[in-house]
Amino acid sequence: MAEHSGMNRRHFLTVATSVTGTAGVIMAAVPFAMSFKPSARAQALGAPVQIDIGKLESGAMVRVMWRGKPVWVLRRSPEMLQTMKDSKAKLADPDSEVVEQQPDYARNATRSIKPEILVILGVCTHLGCAPIERFEVAPADLGPDWVGGFYCPCHGSKFDLSGRVYAGVPAPTNMEVPPYRFLSEDLILIGDDAGVSA
Amino acid sequence: MSASRRDAVDAGLMDRFAARGADLVDWIDARFPMTKMLKEHATEYYAAKNFNTWYVFGVLAFVVLIIQLFSGIFLTMSYKPDAEKAFASVEYIMRDVEWGWLIRYMHSTGASAFFIVVYLHMFRGMMYGSYKKPRELLWIIGMLIYLCLMAEGFLGYLLPWGQMSYWGAQVIVSLFGAVPGIGPELVEWIRGDYFISDITLNRFFALHVVAVPLALIMLVVMHILALHETGSLNPDGIEIKEHKGPDGIPLDGIAFHPYYTAKDLVAIVIFAAFFSIALFFAPEMGGYFLEHANFEPANQLKTPEHIAPVWYYTPFYAILRAVPSKGIGALLMAMAIVLLFFLPWLDRCKVKSIRYRGWTFKVALTVFAISFVALGYLGLQPAVEPYITITRVFTALYFGFFILMPIYTSFEKTRPVPERVTYHH
Amino acid sequence: MRSGIAGSVLALMMAFGSVAPVWGAGDGIALEHVLTDVSNIPSLQRGARNFVNYCMGCHSAQYVRYNRLAKDLQISDEQLIASLMFTGGKPHDTMQVAMPAADAERWFGAPPPDLSLIARSRGADYLYTFLRSFYVDDSRPTGFNNLVLESAAMPNVLWQLQGTQRAVFAEGDHGAVFEGFEPVTAGSMSAEEFDQFVSDLVNFLGYIGEPAQLQRRQVGIWVLIFLLVFGLLSWALKREIWRDIK
Repeated sequence: MAEHSGMNRRHFLTVATSVTGTAGVIMAAVPFAMSFKPSARAQALGAPVQIDIGKLESGAMVRVMWRGKPVWVLRRSPEMLQTMKDSKAKLADPDSEVVEQQPDYARNATRSIKPEILVILGVCTHLGCAPIERFEVAPADLGPDWVGGFYCPCHGSKFDLSGRVYAGVPAPTNMEVPPYRFLSEDLILIGDDAGVSA
Repeated sequence: MSASRRDAVDAGLMDRFAARGADLVDWIDARFPMTKMLKEHATEYYAAKNFNTWYVFGVLAFVVLIIQLFSGIFLTMSYKPDAEKAFASVEYIMRDVEWGWLIRYMHSTGASAFFIVVYLHMFRGMMYGSYKKPRELLWIIGMLIYLCLMAEGFLGYLLPWGQMSYWGAQVIVSLFGAVPGIGPELVEWIRGDYFISDITLNRFFALHVVAVPLALIMLVVMHILALHETGSLNPDGIEIKEHKGPDGIPLDGIAFHPYYTAKDLVAIVIFAAFFSIALFFAPEMGGYFLEHANFEPANQLKTPEHIAPVWYYTPFYAILRAVPSKGIGALLMAMAIVLLFFLPWLDRCKVKSIRYRGWTFKVALTVFAISFVALGYLGLQPAVEPYITITRVFTALYFGFFILMPIYTSFEKTRPVPERVTYHH
Repeated sequence: MRSGIAGSVLALMMAFGSVAPVWGAGDGIALEHVLTDVSNIPSLQRGARNFVNYCMGCHSAQYVRYNRLAKDLQISDEQLIASLMFTGGKPHDTMQVAMPAADAERWFGAPPPDLSLIARSRGADYLYTFLRSFYVDDSRPTGFNNLVLESAAMPNVLWQLQGTQRAVFAEGDHGAVFEGFEPVTAGSMSAEEFDQFVSDLVNFLGYIGEPAQLQRRQVGIWVLIFLLVFGLLSWALKREIWRDIK
């Protein structure tokens, strides 16, 4: 009987020590894993970017870099907004059903806070190429059906003027809308949407 | 479901797991000698049952090696080996990288801890005659590990690119100028430049993070293989293989696993506590682990008022300064290390352990230990009187230990060595 | 043998314990000891204000980020911008100085050093004594000399607070021996207020030398508690397993 309790005690201590030791090793590994996170410097460099669109004309687009990615800001003209409405039937996801591709406040007909101002990441959702803006209607290379939008030269993905993907192209989802907010009428802060509601 | 039935179901499940596990082990064993190696080096490696506390430092050195490898790998991810950026990149690790300070302090505390445990490990070997036949090669491999460590510590110390990094490297590299004939060219060759520069930093980085660690790991594996070939000695200095039971197992031997793994685990936790106290509450250790002047970026125009190497080199640094000639000083310093390699042949006494050796060796070893510590202290002091004279006395004692060893060990009055190890339950 | 081991370990510890670290204090001027406490947040906040107002005209702290500072010193973003960043910049910026290095070199002969790590390289006592040891010396271009750092290039920026003082030297066997300071003009602060001002500043410099130090000690305590538990368990296991050995 004494031997039996001795074995129980040994078994208990072996298990308890192993579990505690394993927990210790895991806890020691946590700081090493955490050191892979963006450092304070990376966070400083990835801080929100301001852009002034006071001088941006109707139908024109500017680019800024935010966290190593191009952000496009396009002031859409009334005609552009109209063609968008007209070509809605050809889109793969016209109502922004894929919720990860935009904040809630950009899940609307124009995918934006203000209808005419589009803020979007200039990255193709297929394989990360940079689409180019093709705002002209029916150019020779894109055919008579082209009503103006974004075209990815890598694999031919097509997006409308809200960055919504057309059906039947390689890109699976709409282009991504980054978090942003308006600091004033003409000042946009990209990367920070504190206080913006859908 | 009754309790007994539930037990039966659980037992059935456990049996199935155990069976699957055994299948996997068989599968591996047919392709790789896993079980064989585990037996050879752990469950059927027999060590004497009378190890005392001195016998934990080998395992602790291994633990520190692991700490240094892990923390070092993570440091290289944020460190920049560039004279313009190195200092700032260390501060970047200390401030901007999440937990970077912990990883850096692990590495800097680990450097000192490495030498503490290795010095104690070596002293253990000297006390109990672990270097004697048939363990000469084991000792020599160990000495090579020590040389690698010294090189590793020196190369690594340049990397933060602080004032002490810079001027310490300047002083040590200049030592090679004492090599007759090729000195100046050799110094240039080591630096790759006419002064300690970005080029030197870059190559020291490569050596510190790739070349020397590779050599170190290989030597450590060889050290353990050599140890397991001859078997571990013990505080009585008796070969336990000479008294085997009918099963072929040494009568005084116990399996490394689970007996010494359990004992070493306790030692590792106690060591970890000391290590943590240093790391979390005194990472600079009052200027011994991290020198104050090294928090100033390297400046080629301004020598710090007082250059002293990190504490683990100071015994040899003191010997270097003991004579007023650069050439002889450097030679003495080299000899101070080289002589250790010859210990197995300098010691003529057949008795291994200090427990049964004569008073001459006991006195000599004590004098040696005191000299080593004293030289370590003196190497931190400015080279002025009375330190210079005291340094010379201890340098003479240090060398006396080795040079006179063939004499005083030949006429040693030893005590009879017991047949079997002494073990008090 | 045991006592021999213990003796050598003790000797080793004594050898390390008895050597005081060598600070950069020259000329044998005794440094005054200052008690700093990086867990004293109000003191650090005052020190930060003092640093920004009196040091950052010339000295940077290029490794220190404002937002990290604000977090550790419990300062809100609004307070940070209003009281510490009135010259502009963003919260995640590091504490850079506006003065171009070339101008600094022309004005002071050497660019003022970055102060991120000054407390780690020099020690708090040195900084405390240095900042309080400026004395009137017309032979110097700045009109002041310093007892700790002879011929300091740094002007006495705190004289309006401290007032000015004269150093009294007595003729000794080996040249002049410093005897004490004599006030010349009064400053806007009392002696106690000024000492507090400087010790807050030095405390702040100690903090920026290693912003992680508070977190370090807290983590250390938890690690030691864990090791105590783990140590007791592993010790019990060792005893249990070693009962086999006769």
